[in-house]
Amino acid sequence: MPSTRDIRRRIKSVKNTAQITKAMQLVAAAKMKKAQDAATNGRAYADLMNRVLVSLQERADEGVHPYFSEGKGEKELVVVITTDKGLCGALNTNLIKKVITSVTSEDADFITVGRKGAQQLARMKRNLLADFTIKDPARFAELRSVGVFVQEKFLSGEYRCVRVAFTNFVNTVTTIPSVEQLLPVNPVTLGGKRSYEGGTGMGEPIDMMAQPVMDYAFEPSVKEVFAKVLPQYVNNTLFQMMLEARASEHSSRMVAMKNATDNAKQMIKDLTLEYNKVRQAAITNELLEITTAKMALE
Amino acid sequence: MAFRLEIVTPEGKAFADDISGVVLPGALGEMGVLPSHANLVSTLEPGELRYTKDGQTHELAVGAGFVEITGSHVNVLTDMAIGAEKIDEGVVEAALARAQDRLKGAADLTSEEVAATEAAILNSIAQLKLKRKRRTI
Repeated sequence: MPSTRDIRRRIKSVKNTAQITKAMQLVAAAKMKKAQDAATNGRAYADLMNRVLVSLQERADEGVHPYFSEGKGEKELVVVITTDKGLCGALNTNLIKKVITSVTSEDADFITVGRKGAQQLARMKRNLLADFTIKDPARFAELRSVGVFVQEKFLSGEYRCVRVAFTNFVNTVTTIPSVEQLLPVNPVTLGGKRSYEGGTGMGEPIDMMAQPVMDYAFEPSVKEVFAKVLPQYVNNTLFQMMLEARASEHSSRMVAMKNATDNAKQMIKDLTLEYNKVRQAAITNELLEITTAKMALE
Repeated sequence: MAFRLEIVTPEGKAFADDISGVVLPGALGEMGVLPSHANLVSTLEPGELRYTKDGQTHELAVGAGFVEITGSHVNVLTDMAIGAEKIDEGVVEAALARAQDRLKGAADLTSEEVAATEAAILNSIAQLKLKRKRRTI
């Protein structure tokens, strides 16, 4: 049986751990609120842009812009957005699993955003092209450098398509690891909802799909419009995906730390019970000894 | 007959309502859009957007972006959309001065930072123009 001193020591150490996880939970909760707001506010813009471009793609002439058709190469380029820090539950593990199942070709090239993904993929001996680290909270200008790099690679013609692996944020307890195609332009799911499958909270869904093919006029010209809009689209979509990933990270960390705190509290309860039992056993023992000694003297 | 105008910025949806007409700061100059307009996609310059609802005209300062027009919808995607009543001249002027200062020391800025600063300047000017125009009335 453990001595009372051992149990007291363990209780103290568990209490310390609980204090730390509680503090981390509070920090994550504060960051979570901001990250979630940023992700949900940005969604309308990214969704609308995606919807408009997908509908334009269907009507655009072949070869009007390279982003509308697959590249010449065979390879795939995959951008993996993970967290920099751990202690956020199974978030990164789930995402990497998803990457492994959906990126089947062996010679895919990877770009990572966030340290965890870089470590994992390096361990799996995958082909890493670049490794970006983005501060928290993410700023658009930082993501633009990733976007520019991705576009350069795609335009080089080496790749068939560009896909992005990130964690979609649905709500605090639900996050979905996803792999979405960024280039060529393709319907993208953000926040767990495909942008034009019915109500997206952006007014009524546009029934452009139902209408016969119509011609668009372009000002100043088709080429100029796409040359301006498409790079913007890539950068903005990447940014929105980063925001989703960040919102998921903080939510998932908050939940993980809350669980840790709850477990520590339960453990303290159990240990206290154990401690009291040991203490009482010791007292009973002493009383017994005293009584026996007294009886022996009589 | 009305059609729907939606203005969306990266910070969220700025405006969504049924309106009867809108004037946009297009790349080739101002363009007016009425219901059943031909399908059109155009880039937008920072400037002033006017829409008419129930016979009343309202104004917004918008940044660069693009617009998609179909018969029943006008979707505006821009990096800024702000109503005249929300523009604080002092704040905008300070922002403008800051941006111009930054541009003067342009040697140590990357080309991307220069572009972002120039966009900020154009946005500030668009806001000031709208605000000052209203005051003279």
